[in-house]
Amino acid sequence: MLSGEVREMETVTLTLKNQPVLFLEADNISPDVFAGKKAADIAALHAYEGREQITLGKYFEVAGNAGATAADTKIVVKGDLTRVKYIGMKMSAGEVVVENSTDMYTGAWMQGGKLLVKGSTTAFTGIGMKGGELVIEGDAGNYLGAAYRGDWRGMQGGMIRVKGSAGSDTGYFMNSGTIIVEGNTDVHVGTHMVGGTIIIKGNVPSKVGGQMVEGTIYVFGAIDVMMPGFKYIKDEELEVDGYTGPFALFHGDLGERHPKRKGQIVYGKLYQKI
Amino acid sequence: MTKTVTDVVCPFCGTLCDDLEVVVSDDGKTIVDIYNACVIGAEKFMHAQAKDRVTRPRMQQPDGSYKEVSYDEAVEYTAQMLAKAKKPLMYGWSSTSCEAQSVGHEIAEKVGAIVDNTATVCHGTTLIAVQDVGIPSCTLGEIKNRADRIIFWGCNPAHAHPRHQSRYSIFPRGFFTNKGHKNRKVIVVDPRNTATAKMADYHFQIEQGRDFELLSAFRVAIRGEWLPDTVAGIPKERIYEAADVLKSGRFGIIFFGMGVTQTLSKNHNIDNAIMLTKDLNDYTKFSIMAMRGHYNVTGSGQVLGWQFGFPFCVDLSRGFARYNPGETSSNDLLVRGEVDAVFVLGSDPGAHFPISSVKKISQLPSVCVDPHITPTSEISKLHVPVAFVGVEVGGNCYRMDNVPIDARKVVDPPEGVLTDEEFLTRVNTRVDELMEAK
Amino acid sequence: MSEYIIKNGFVFDPVQGIKGDKADVAVKDGKIVKNVSSGAKVIDASGKTVMAGAVEIHAHIAGPKVNVGRNYRPEDKLFTYKPKSKQSRMAGGFSVPTTFKTGYEYARMGYTTAMEAAMPPLYARHVHEEIRDTPIIDEGAYPVFGNNWFVMEYLKNGEIENAAAYIAWLLNSTKGYAVKVVNPGGTEAWAWGLNCLTINDPVPYFDITPAEIMTGLMQANEYLGLPHSMHVHQNSLGNPGNYTVTLDSLKLAEKIKPNNKFGRETVLHSTHLQFHSYGGDNWGNFESKSKEVMDYVNKQKNITIDTGCVTLDETTTMTADGPFEHHLTELNHLKWANVDVELETAAGVVPYVYSPDIKVCEIQWAIGLEIALLTKDHMRTFITTDHPNAGPFTRYPRIIKWLMSAKARKEMIDSFKHSAKMIDATHLAGMDKELSLYELAQMTRAGPAKSLGLSNIYGGLAPGMDADIAVYNFNPEKEHKPDEIEKAFSASAYVMKAGIPVVIDGEIVSNGNKRTLWVDTKVNENPQVMRDIRDKFLKYYSVTMNNYDVASHFLTNPRVIEVDAVR
Repeated sequence: MLSGEVREMETVTLTLKNQPVLFLEADNISPDVFAGKKAADIAALHAYEGREQITLGKYFEVAGNAGATAADTKIVVKGDLTRVKYIGMKMSAGEVVVENSTDMYTGAWMQGGKLLVKGSTTAFTGIGMKGGELVIEGDAGNYLGAAYRGDWRGMQGGMIRVKGSAGSDTGYFMNSGTIIVEGNTDVHVGTHMVGGTIIIKGNVPSKVGGQMVEGTIYVFGAIDVMMPGFKYIKDEELEVDGYTGPFALFHGDLGERHPKRKGQIVYGKLYQKI
Repeated sequence: MTKTVTDVVCPFCGTLCDDLEVVVSDDGKTIVDIYNACVIGAEKFMHAQAKDRVTRPRMQQPDGSYKEVSYDEAVEYTAQMLAKAKKPLMYGWSSTSCEAQSVGHEIAEKVGAIVDNTATVCHGTTLIAVQDVGIPSCTLGEIKNRADRIIFWGCNPAHAHPRHQSRYSIFPRGFFTNKGHKNRKVIVVDPRNTATAKMADYHFQIEQGRDFELLSAFRVAIRGEWLPDTVAGIPKERIYEAADVLKSGRFGIIFFGMGVTQTLSKNHNIDNAIMLTKDLNDYTKFSIMAMRGHYNVTGSGQVLGWQFGFPFCVDLSRGFARYNPGETSSNDLLVRGEVDAVFVLGSDPGAHFPISSVKKISQLPSVCVDPHITPTSEISKLHVPVAFVGVEVGGNCYRMDNVPIDARKVVDPPEGVLTDEEFLTRVNTRVDELMEAK
Repeated sequence: MSEYIIKNGFVFDPVQGIKGDKADVAVKDGKIVKNVSSGAKVIDASGKTVMAGAVEIHAHIAGPKVNVGRNYRPEDKLFTYKPKSKQSRMAGGFSVPTTFKTGYEYARMGYTTAMEAAMPPLYARHVHEEIRDTPIIDEGAYPVFGNNWFVMEYLKNGEIENAAAYIAWLLNSTKGYAVKVVNPGGTEAWAWGLNCLTINDPVPYFDITPAEIMTGLMQANEYLGLPHSMHVHQNSLGNPGNYTVTLDSLKLAEKIKPNNKFGRETVLHSTHLQFHSYGGDNWGNFESKSKEVMDYVNKQKNITIDTGCVTLDETTTMTADGPFEHHLTELNHLKWANVDVELETAAGVVPYVYSPDIKVCEIQWAIGLEIALLTKDHMRTFITTDHPNAGPFTRYPRIIKWLMSAKARKEMIDSFKHSAKMIDATHLAGMDKELSLYELAQMTRAGPAKSLGLSNIYGGLAPGMDADIAVYNFNPEKEHKPDEIEKAFSASAYVMKAGIPVVIDGEIVSNGNKRTLWVDTKVNENPQVMRDIRDKFLKYYSVTMNNYDVASHFLTNPRVIEVDAVR
């Protein structure tokens, strides 16, 4: 393909036709799994409701065939998906558009490609993300872009943007990548962060940057209670995600260990918009 | 005439005292008296003798009343419920033996259940913190023999673990601590002026919801860095002073409870307390220990750990174990409507869970296995009474420091009453038949 | 009962000196026999390698610190969990497997007996519960003695007989198998945040040295005539330059003579020697001292060792060397768990990533293999990874591949980021020795069984021994690509345990009937030791003496090895 050429994608449209009694685990809804399959094969893929193994076709109308590879595959998911989990899990390329709100693990362990949710998600959105672009037009829940339990390697790359608000534990154990929340979040932003960038354009009540080793957090709104380990350094004029203006820089978390590079201690940086 | 059974293990709290002496009647049927137990432990043994003990299973009727049924019928109802459900929840396990827990797990694996224990509303957040940052700890005997700096953070052992301070943490004279409490300094962090706080050398009356901040401030103070004037309502001078007291000891220990595990920040509080303990090991010896509540919640975590690899919130529904509190935790599952049957054994969620979860249990097919009538039994479709572990049947239990102690049988259960293990074994056999038929 | 005949395989049995001859192995009622009737079930082993079931001499597979490793590493189970089947429970955990997985994976590789390397006596009941839930393989556990208050007090006073009486009492009480010593003295020092880094550093308060502890315990071990020798994890594990401490420790065995009725000819087993064969004095000039160490081991015939080979995986370290684990977390900042155990020992757990891109890890990898290849007596060197410390035991087939194929080793070295520097610091690149199957059988079957004093039961195919047999899809008369070696030893064609088929074509077909091995030692009555024990329980332990003993209902199919040490 020449650069500048628009990629021709094959689109598979899934429309939820009935609600599960419990919750549907749809980890097979991913361009990587669909690649090379026709509609009938896609409908025959497994999904799970509790311990019952069923097919995607039992719950979804499937229209269209997938592309030859994940990169050539676009998936559109329609219907009331609030009881469907794991859409887009581990996807490495291609596109997924979720037309309404959905449930947990949306884009979990994502490695590449684009995932757009035209609604809200709940907990564990984008956990363990390694690459790609994840956009939530509504709200996200707790543990946005966080690490899986016990893993000191959290988000390692990629970009998450939430246009609404998010819950607690945003960017937990973040290593690298970017998380942008245009609304508010709940407590605990960037806890145990060792790298990467988090931008909160609304308010955070407290526990911002707790146990942070390295990385950068920007908060545009109010922080009711600052962590005691954050020390004011100076004001800086910055351009952050389209906004230019003065920010107050804090170094922290002073209760945590910090590496030394070229003889200088490297701190986590918390910028609060002035 | 009576006889005395010694070295009896108290089946109530995580202190798991094993020096009780129970006096029983000559025919071995009645508990006459009990020595060395605290008031709660003594009551556990004595009320096992209550005249109005339920001795047969009870099935809820359409009008809400309960009718007696046989154990066979109870086994049938339970096995059918578990085999039919798509995602049953098997909860509790904290007030029974490891042997019984193990049989329960066999059933859970066959029916693809979620297995969860009382840590889910208690020290589950501790377990999560340990998964994130580890835990430097020790056995209770080490405290007795070496510790000279004792911190109680968000817990009140004077009420919840009454013999803890006399057996292990404040008063005993151990090998290197032969002056007992006279050579120990006690720090209590609690918004309330509790009975434990009244015994402290230092009481920090912390602002509620700010434990994470104060723990962080302690870590900053240990490193000699800058602090704001007050943190969590405590002036920085007191924080620097406390840091010095901790660093100057020979062996310190932090005990903690619900005051930090189930308040704002939850696992992050414990996480930062563990990191504080780790930091202190740069200066002196320091450990940290969770004040576990139920006498065998620790055991449930151990058995789940070696059999499935996770200590609570274990989801077996896909045929292999998965774990993620927030999704696979009992209250989240119940409130979101993610399970379709509830089996409770060895705990009382009816009393301890939020009302929105309890309502769900009352709406679903449900079984409550418990020697007593409890808030849980009264909203379950079936109540199955069993023997008291540690009183009427023995079994292995794990103390709050993970030390395993084999609880003893002191008297027989009432005529015809099964033990947890016996009931579960029968259910397991019936579930095999039902799953085979599928 | 059941008769089988495993026909026509290439048999490697150091017990009978069979070096790859085609032979039949006959089984009746769980034992190997000379002949069976024509009704025996025939297992066709044509073109395949036949050995006795392997014997694991040292792995951390059952007990409290193993379970800490499991419970605190949910990420160790992510995406690699094996679902349950008709014959097998679900099985998960890459570096710290669940007990079900442990039994199944050992069996699939043809291992039929395994020894839990370190049992903290106060937690013995926990170890036995996990042993019960580990299917198929026979297991025993080694209680730790090297930081025990009773032991230190008796040995300080030179009271060998009292130390021996205490050891007998503790083995009986915990249903243990052998005298294990971890970081002698240093782990008691760790209860105050300190350590003993040479064999002459005195233990705080107890004022005894690691040298005195090791010597005294060897003497007590031989006084009792236990089936296994003293089994030691030396001081200063993991530190550059520690090979001198290792040699100092090994030399302590020179004056001790083996005394036992089990055919054991050695008095000291030095474990995971790779971690103790380091030269240089910092991580920059870190280098292999395997030659110096193995020169000594080769000469000193009353010592056995196991290698502790690094597999270059992300794994979980766990050991009773508490101070070492604290040191490790200071280096890699990963989550650290620690438990100090009153009067007895401690344990630490820290994850570790052995990366092929890191020079130190590349050197460690080489050292483990050098130790195996430099050995002259393959009955005295055993292959391990100190699971999970240097890597998971499920990598044994990969280790075997490296040891049997110089080509495979060269491919690894060529792929390393720092191969030039690594070659400078080690000997492996210049070694073309390839282990033969017979040597492999010595190092994984006959050798460990003999060292454990169990050579009449395990580790061989002689009539009268247990019918623990492994058949591999490996034809010794054909050429093999290195990866084929690994594949053949990962999934056995056929494994039989005590006469019961347990693995067929790499799949579990039965949960078997595992046994628990423990040593029951009779000694003269010793009122002083009993008084000391009662006294310490009353004053210093946090449990009562009557609640300490492991009751017999915790033991699955006990197989008791009786020792009579009455004078």
